[in-house]
Amino acid sequence: MFCDSLIALTMLTNFALVTTSRVAKVIQLAVLQGIILGALPLAMGLGVHPHILAMALCAVAVKGWFIPFLFRRALRRVKTQREVEPYISYGASVVCCALGTAMSLMLAHSLPLAPGTTHPLLVPAGLATLFTGSLLLVSRKKALTQVVGYLVLENGIYLFALMLVEEMPLLVEAGILLDLFVGIFVMGIVINHISIAFDSMETHHLAKLRD
Amino acid sequence: MSLYWTALLLSALSGVPGLFTARKGGTVSAAMLTLAAACGLAEAARVLSGGSRWALQLPATPLGAAGALAFDPIAAFFLIPVLVLSACGSIYGIRYWPDHHENARRLRLLLGLLTAFTALLVAAAHMITFLVAWEGMAIVAFFLVITEDREAAARQAGWLYLISTHVGTLCLFGAFALTAGATGTFQFGLLPAGFATSARGSAAFGLFLLSFGLKAGVLPLHYWLPSAHAAAPSHVSSFMSGVLIKTGILGMIRLLSWVPDPPLWWGGTFVALGALSGIMGVALALGQHDLKRLLAYHSIENIGIILLGIGLGTLGRSTGHPAVMALGYGGAMLHVLNHGLFKGLLFLSAGAVAQATGTRNLDQMGGLAKAMPGTARAFLVGAWAICGLPPLNGFVSELFIYLAAFQALPWSRSPWPALALAALALIGALALACFAKAYGIVFLGAPRSPAAAAAAEAPRSMRVPMGILALGCLLIGLAPGLAAPALDRLLQAMTGRPAPPLATLVTLPALTALAGLLLALGLLLRRWAKRGASARDVPTWDCGFDPATPRMQYTASSFADSLVSAMPWALWPQVRWRKLTTLFPWPTRYESHLPDPVLDGVGIPLLERLAHRLERLRFFQAGHLPIYLLYVMVTLFLLLLWTAV
Amino acid sequence: MAEPVLIRSLHILLQVLAVLALSPLIPGLINRVKATLAGRTGPPVLQLYHDLAKLSGKAALFSRTTTGMFLAGPVATVAAVLVASLLVPFGHLPAPIHFQGDAILFIYLFGLARFLTVLAALDTGSSFEGMGSAREVTFAPLAELAIFLGFAALAKASGSASLSDLLASPGLAHARSMAPSCLVLAGWAIVYLAENSRIPVDDPNTHLELTMIHEVMVLDHSGRPLALVLYGASLKLMVLGALILGLVLPRTGRPWLDWGAFGLGQMLLAAGVGVVESVTSRLAMAKVPQFLMVGVLASAFAFLILLV
Repeated sequence: MFCDSLIALTMLTNFALVTTSRVAKVIQLAVLQGIILGALPLAMGLGVHPHILAMALCAVAVKGWFIPFLFRRALRRVKTQREVEPYISYGASVVCCALGTAMSLMLAHSLPLAPGTTHPLLVPAGLATLFTGSLLLVSRKKALTQVVGYLVLENGIYLFALMLVEEMPLLVEAGILLDLFVGIFVMGIVINHISIAFDSMETHHLAKLRD
Repeated sequence: MSLYWTALLLSALSGVPGLFTARKGGTVSAAMLTLAAACGLAEAARVLSGGSRWALQLPATPLGAAGALAFDPIAAFFLIPVLVLSACGSIYGIRYWPDHHENARRLRLLLGLLTAFTALLVAAAHMITFLVAWEGMAIVAFFLVITEDREAAARQAGWLYLISTHVGTLCLFGAFALTAGATGTFQFGLLPAGFATSARGSAAFGLFLLSFGLKAGVLPLHYWLPSAHAAAPSHVSSFMSGVLIKTGILGMIRLLSWVPDPPLWWGGTFVALGALSGIMGVALALGQHDLKRLLAYHSIENIGIILLGIGLGTLGRSTGHPAVMALGYGGAMLHVLNHGLFKGLLFLSAGAVAQATGTRNLDQMGGLAKAMPGTARAFLVGAWAICGLPPLNGFVSELFIYLAAFQALPWSRSPWPALALAALALIGALALACFAKAYGIVFLGAPRSPAAAAAAEAPRSMRVPMGILALGCLLIGLAPGLAAPALDRLLQAMTGRPAPPLATLVTLPALTALAGLLLALGLLLRRWAKRGASARDVPTWDCGFDPATPRMQYTASSFADSLVSAMPWALWPQVRWRKLTTLFPWPTRYESHLPDPVLDGVGIPLLERLAHRLERLRFFQAGHLPIYLLYVMVTLFLLLLWTAV
Repeated sequence: MAEPVLIRSLHILLQVLAVLALSPLIPGLINRVKATLAGRTGPPVLQLYHDLAKLSGKAALFSRTTTGMFLAGPVATVAAVLVASLLVPFGHLPAPIHFQGDAILFIYLFGLARFLTVLAALDTGSSFEGMGSAREVTFAPLAELAIFLGFAALAKASGSASLSDLLASPGLAHARSMAPSCLVLAGWAIVYLAENSRIPVDDPNTHLELTMIHEVMVLDHSGRPLALVLYGASLKLMVLGALILGLVLPRTGRPWLDWGAFGLGQMLLAAGVGVVESVTSRLAMAKVPQFLMVGVLASAFAFLILLV
């Protein structure tokens, strides 16, 4: 029960992410989502096994502290406050996000699940978060916001992984976290270079590199 | 078994000491490879003279899949040219590519690795092991081809080689998948009875033919060979031409050993491909004026001869004529060894010539026999052998294949034996023309350029390997009876049943006796003719005009011109010539070039047109990152929909 | 049929002596016939013997451009053709040395002679010899193809790969094989003219560089090497003639009659060559491949007739 509320809270944060225009706020929301998801394994009623505890602590540490730290570092170098007008306007983004969530719910209904799955709400939540992440990636112009979109994408994948938390070895979960960490780290460097090269953080300048 | 592993390890590590030492790296690697050759040859000789063969199963590890090795007579036989040519090449390389040349250390390391991978390949008895060794060989060979990576021609040759060999590997994956599907295991072994005639079997055969044909350089899959073998350093070219292309033949032999009942059209395909490669290979070689390219095209021709032998042997096997089978396969296998010997020899001497004169262009050489007598003698032995003239080894293997064709003629209702016979006759005569040109223009006459006039003999460490290979050619040519028992065991391993011994099919002692008679007569007559000699300082007859200049001699292009222009349907020479039209001639230029018909005539124009058409797809390359991400998301979404529905 | 060893060795001895001693008669005969047809007296039939003796006593000159390869041409011609003469049956008696595959060795010995002659020619560094060598190697493939296709036809009829069987097979006396043997004979006659450098392929009497093939390759030889060259040419006439006579001569079954027939056949062949040389003219260089192609086609058709 508690777990379902947390999952629903995650889907709400999706909507919030899509409508925010201030970069710092977007980062905070993404961090919040990360912490929720990090604590979710403990709320799923599986007991407090050592590896679940370890995983939750790790996730909270990385998503709650490490990644915001990297983001703040990147933000300090690039002095912007506000996102420029995205390719899809904010209103349209919300509508898209709603459509995406609805579609996730319908798809999850027709995707075959193994019998005896607890928390079937994880699948539509995962799909919806995936969709939101991609929406952010595709429609935003600033590089930082795109990185947040990537973060949200990984959160969606993490949600899927939670379905198998008992079967999945620690190695794979650590792998996902590592993937996230490395991705953000690299993007921090890339953002820095883009802003130095183009004196702006807008990625459409990269089109000049086209063949 | 330990001898084999010693040989393998020694060759793999032969280049490693050279990475750390400053000067003696070449000598150390040559010593290690020679030792490896001694061990490996001892093992091969043991198995080929009736000793016990061994097999080894490699267990699956976290690092790799399972594998198996089997050292049977086929592996033993193919191991001989591998080790001999690499040892000779490394001795040659001491002075040919000394430490101060670019990439010398890398070259030594890679040559050792190449030897090790090829030695692994010949003994592979499991598809995964085979593929690992195949890929390793191909990649190391690529790096060897681009040793002179500053030359654009070498880089291009390397890319072409890499792409072609990987296409071949892809086909090999497919073929192995089909075969493993039929047998249910990845081990090499007999295929189920009706597989060869089924549709899947034919598809597998086609894929095998594509991949092994690409590796062996069968026309029309040969297009990468001339540039790759010309661009590589000469001792690498000798290994590649003598051994690497034979691994394609090894693959075909392994395939044939799994099929107890090959259909008739397999033999016919081999004969047809062999005739095509042989005749076109030598025709293209005629028009070349780059010495190493010429030798590379001749490798294609000799692969054609080997395929003719394999085809005739397969025909004999399918129709139940063991004599034809034994002669065909025996001739083909002996030619594998012979070609390794004499082609290796030719490439080594060509390298010495190229190093001495600084050019590979035939039309700028001449008169080198006086300056480089040892190299000239070695090249002569190689040319003599490759033309298949008695009493050297090329004649013996071609004799076997001729006999297979002759013995198939009376009962065969198909045109294949006659085609093989006609093709062999034509190939022999054209090869004679080409090598008369090559030897005559390079070594005889007067030097055609200052570089040729200033040439000096190659150092002894370069001549010793040439001598070893020449000795091998002479030995097999004069005493082929020594090789016959080994060939019989090889044939038994190939076909799984005892075949009539070769010694009963061909009267080998008669050949030896006649060879001896020929040499004796030759020496006697020479002594008699020399006794009448007097003046040696007269000029060549020049019709009484001013003394002839060396530039008035026939060049390579002029020598081959009548033959090349007699085949306009196959060869498309490009000639650029400002013709003389007035009464009094002024200096003019003539340039002729023979492009490769498959690569330059068909392949490149086709690919260019395709690239032009595909330009329209550029529309999708927007340059905007979000658009690319959108492509990914859309695909993902469509896939999700598809699984849901 | 088992022959007593003595008679067999006598035959072998006779064959070797005939080849060594009687070959120079043939060019003499050809020249005599040509002269008679031209209305001249001409040189005596034994002229070549006198020439050989004279040349053996003369000193030879070697150009400074040449190397050891220069002698290899004449030496190889004589040595290879002498070895080849041991493989070919005279009359219908088996050759001194016969084994499966000697037909192939036979042709390749001639190839060896050609290879070393061409190299000896290129050794002089003269453009004349270069011209001759280029032409020689251009026409050789067609000639060899014609011979091999003829062998293919004969092998199909007789089922063997030995010259003694191919030529002496009774299979060819059958009525069914009349047409193929005539075609093979036509093909081989053309090759005979080409290999021995006779009109219409090459003129042995011309000394214009633009029209020579074989003559120009030996332009720089003198003294004993030249003697070897001339002797080798006469050997080729005899040995290749034996090849053709093997096809043509009827089987009598009595060895001495066969020998007599063989001798008579060689003389008639020489006379025939003389007549051909007097009656036809030399073909233009561009037409020579077409002429040789006729020979190839004749042999090929002979094979095809036997195939179907």
